[in-house]
Amino acid sequence: MTAVTQVLRSEWTKIRSVASTLWTLSLALVVTVVLGVLISALTRNEFDRANPADRLFFDPTYVSFAGMSLGQLAMIVFGVLVVSNEYSTGMIRTSLAAVPRRGTFLFGKIAVAAALALVVSVVTSFVAFFLGQAMLGPYRASLGDPGVLRAVFGGGLYMTLIAVFSMGIAAMLRSPMLSLGILMPFFFLISTVLGSVSATKKVGRFLPDQAGSRILQVVPSFGDDTPYGPWGGLGIMVLWVAAALAGGYVLLRRRDA
Amino acid sequence: MIELEGLTKRYGGKLAVDGLTFTVRPGLVTGFLGPNGAGKSTTMRMVLGLDHPTAGDVRIDGRHYDELKDPLTCVGAVLDAGDVHGGRSAFNHLLCLAQSNGIPLTRVHEVLDTVGLTSVAHKKAKGFSLGMSQRLGIAAALLGDPRILMFDEPANGLDPEGIHWIRTLMKSLAAQGRTVFVSSHVMSEMALTADHLVVIGQGRLLADTSMADFIRQNSRSYVRIRSPQRERLLHVLHEAGITVVECGGGALEVDDGKAELIGELAARHRIVLHELSPRHASLEEAFMRLTAQAVEYHAHSDVPGGSWPRQASRAGWGTGWGAGRRKGA
Repeated sequence: MTAVTQVLRSEWTKIRSVASTLWTLSLALVVTVVLGVLISALTRNEFDRANPADRLFFDPTYVSFAGMSLGQLAMIVFGVLVVSNEYSTGMIRTSLAAVPRRGTFLFGKIAVAAALALVVSVVTSFVAFFLGQAMLGPYRASLGDPGVLRAVFGGGLYMTLIAVFSMGIAAMLRSPMLSLGILMPFFFLISTVLGSVSATKKVGRFLPDQAGSRILQVVPSFGDDTPYGPWGGLGIMVLWVAAALAGGYVLLRRRDA
Repeated sequence: MIELEGLTKRYGGKLAVDGLTFTVRPGLVTGFLGPNGAGKSTTMRMVLGLDHPTAGDVRIDGRHYDELKDPLTCVGAVLDAGDVHGGRSAFNHLLCLAQSNGIPLTRVHEVLDTVGLTSVAHKKAKGFSLGMSQRLGIAAALLGDPRILMFDEPANGLDPEGIHWIRTLMKSLAAQGRTVFVSSHVMSEMALTADHLVVIGQGRLLADTSMADFIRQNSRSYVRIRSPQRERLLHVLHEAGITVVECGGGALEVDDGKAELIGELAARHRIVLHELSPRHASLEEAFMRLTAQAVEYHAHSDVPGGSWPRQASRAGWGTGWGAGRRKGA
């Protein structure tokens, strides 16, 4: 058995044996789905009163993902805790004594956490889609419509990448409070504000969540001049994630544990 | 075997570990002694590759720690028993460590049994007492059946029974031919456990000697005698050319004296003895003198050309202590 397989098994034991894994991931699923269902139901009731332009650009798939903006926060907590728990508990010294190669340790941990996040995210995305569409009734989209399957699967990828980005940031910052204190307001406030103010919009849309969430849209919004497509946006997000992971790895190698 | 060569660690402007060179050999319990803040834990972290040395090198059986395949099967260490995720059970803690080094599951049950934690194996570690945490740390160290074991202040937080248990454990591990490296700031604890002694102060090596040599050089041994026929005894001892020191309470002391010789002498002259006891002055005292000197030296370390003359100073504290004692006696 190779060192990598051993580390993957070990990290799986670690991740399944702490309570935070279960509550963060189930919160991500429940919040995303419940909020998506509520907003889908409200949208259906309001649809007749909406103006024609809104009806023309109506994106039922995107509406059912409305809960993701809040659900992703639970994913951030998951990503941060998976990595920073090692530091806040002192376990990191025990872990690095068992697996002294920093790269094997960090990427083994992130691979296991990312795989678990992917499974939960894809399930979340599909459940949010199907229940949301059921609420939308006559205005619903179906999985076979053009671009819909991409958006639903993309929703899973988006939430996974949010979690992995958080793991990279936590690997750099080590402290769970500091990591959450930066990531939470960033994704919940700063990014949204930058994206909605016209002066900063051009910068804001290259931020990881703005670029990545482009894949959730099936019908582009009115007057959309975004310079990248759904996969291009996801690519930009992947670059952010790669940068965060590289930063985490470099610091882990350099620092004393 | 652990080999340190000029191992140095600097934090900002402070040298925590200053050019340590020594070897920890198999088959012995090597005590690593120094006052708090002497650099013991930093040294041990560098052995495990957790901290990067500023200069120098440390090798485990000739290799760097991060070059070891399945390191837990080569080195088992307990640095801080609190280095555990409190939300994880003892069993899962050991399981994830075992899996990371390809150690079979049966071994997890074995070590839990060895340290006596089987009954609480599925309890979360955060509910453990300090003593239980120490036992969990020791279980993790024993997991890979390593040839080298390293403990940082293992007696901390243990009750007397626990201390006795770990002392016996360390001795039996060394008797099996393993390398046992254990730190402490308590000399008397080391005197009961260690075969070899490495003493550091202010990050510098102060002594690297066998326990027996250390005791011989640093402890004053004498025989204490009490007798109702004190005057006669004094006379007899004087005749035999034995120097006697009178102490309070009517007791007599003979430096480096042989209890057998004095007993036989008294018997031959039909002198009644109420006490005849060979004694050693406290090693703790010798240790404190030794490390105090390091502190003293450190205070003058900005004197030009102040490279530490290790051998000379080591001879220095031995003789200095001896001379001081004779003066006092």
